[in-house]
Amino acid sequence: MQLTEKIELANQPRLAKNKAKNLKSLLTAATCSLLGTTVPANGQSQAEENQWQFDTALMYYGESDRVTAVEGIIAATKEFDDEEFLSLKLTIDSLTGASANGAVAQPYVQTFARPSGKGTFAVPSGETPLDDTFKDTRLQVNASWTRPLTTDYTISTGLHASKEYDYLSLGLNASLTRDFNKKNTTVAIGFAAFYDEIEPEGGIPNPLAILPNPQTTAFDDSHRIGSSDNKTTIDVLLGVTQVINRRAIMQLNYSFSMVDGYLTDPFKIVSSVDELGVTQHQIYEKRPDSRQKHSVFWQTKYHFTSTVVDFSYRYLWDDWEINSHTFDVRYRIPLGTGYIEPHLRYYMQEAAEFYRPFINQDDVSPSYVSADYRVGEMNAYTLGFKYGMPLKNGQELSFRIEYYQQDPENPGYELPGVLQEVDLFESVEALIAQISYSF
Amino acid sequence: MKKIYQVNILLIVLLISSGCSSLGVEPWERDLLARKEMALNASPIDAALDDHIYFSKEASSGGRSFAGGGCGCN
Repeated sequence: MQLTEKIELANQPRLAKNKAKNLKSLLTAATCSLLGTTVPANGQSQAEENQWQFDTALMYYGESDRVTAVEGIIAATKEFDDEEFLSLKLTIDSLTGASANGAVAQPYVQTFARPSGKGTFAVPSGETPLDDTFKDTRLQVNASWTRPLTTDYTISTGLHASKEYDYLSLGLNASLTRDFNKKNTTVAIGFAAFYDEIEPEGGIPNPLAILPNPQTTAFDDSHRIGSSDNKTTIDVLLGVTQVINRRAIMQLNYSFSMVDGYLTDPFKIVSSVDELGVTQHQIYEKRPDSRQKHSVFWQTKYHFTSTVVDFSYRYLWDDWEINSHTFDVRYRIPLGTGYIEPHLRYYMQEAAEFYRPFINQDDVSPSYVSADYRVGEMNAYTLGFKYGMPLKNGQELSFRIEYYQQDPENPGYELPGVLQEVDLFESVEALIAQISYSF
Repeated sequence: MKKIYQVNILLIVLLISSGCSSLGVEPWERDLLARKEMALNASPIDAALDDHIYFSKEASSGGRSFAGGGCGCN
């Protein structure tokens, strides 16, 4: 749906109602034809609660000078008899722009061969090398089915598929919940498995191999080891939800995730510098072929007289030695018929054991190395604000704007020579804007 | 450092689980809890979009739900 149409809907409630009804019947027809079922005829005495409920959103994500993404979601949920739910979700996103390739900034112009092997790009003196070839459109579909097994047990199963030009991800999941103590305590166990395949343009680079000099050498077999690679992920989740009192509810989850296969980023490289900090060459990064992550997630919601506070904390640790802490707080305040919701998030992570902002050419070649700031030491902040307004017939329109900043840190590496003159740990700033409409 | 966190988390789990039997409400006291804004995941679309951003930009994912496979996002 067009953004302008959404704004129009907000301004013209009566028209909105008709339009929304039309849109709803259109989407219902589309959903039913996808499922191979029939649309109930108009005027048929179909219970209100058995209608499809749609949640839609359009989001813009823009980093200053780097990546820009636009993502749209259409989610449809229908409650069948006996608390059975079917949920379908379609996500489309488009990404363009530049991403840090891992190489260090230098006090002179640097030229890099593109990862695809087609052409070169130049990076100005003193600037973080950004590979500007990212351009991708992704389509994702999710389906889930939830139904009660007995009075106390509920089972849920789901499917996930995501496809972009060079990447495919397929997944399935299942979870079982059991209610105790007048439904005040709920225990959940979940399981998910994913298969991901990457087929980067130009092939899978040979890890730790020296990149071809863009001026003199072309790509050959020593730089590539194949055309595609894959990884598998197994996730297990154990959770407890507890009603504390009339105003408070709490959740505690423990998750274990085991990833095996190709975990290297084929687009990331590492600079090898001399004792003066001057780049001699670059090598392709290499990450271990397995990762085991654990996380504990704790969330509490409290309803004051009219406002609601939502606080969560996650502690994550893994065998790459990335420990991270995430604090998130949202505070919902009623305003007129709608509400406002400020949002604060703080994230900090320690560096992976194989993270190096660069390597020294005289050092012994490492077994694993990555200069990707996303596996380095980092603090990140999000400051957000949401405004939601109810429309007629249970519809809701909301707007969200957020500011996100990442501050990569030096985990303690001494910077030789010219590397002291450039910014190796540049901050990334992003703006997120979202409009959502539920009907 | 890591061990201390893990021990603390274990203690929290034990405290919460030992207190659970005396906690909770009667069915007729669920007026506030039944509200949409009191659902643990009150805005699933926002959560899905946020998860996608942070999955792409940070080395951590999951917690609330599955960490997942996903995308080749940069």
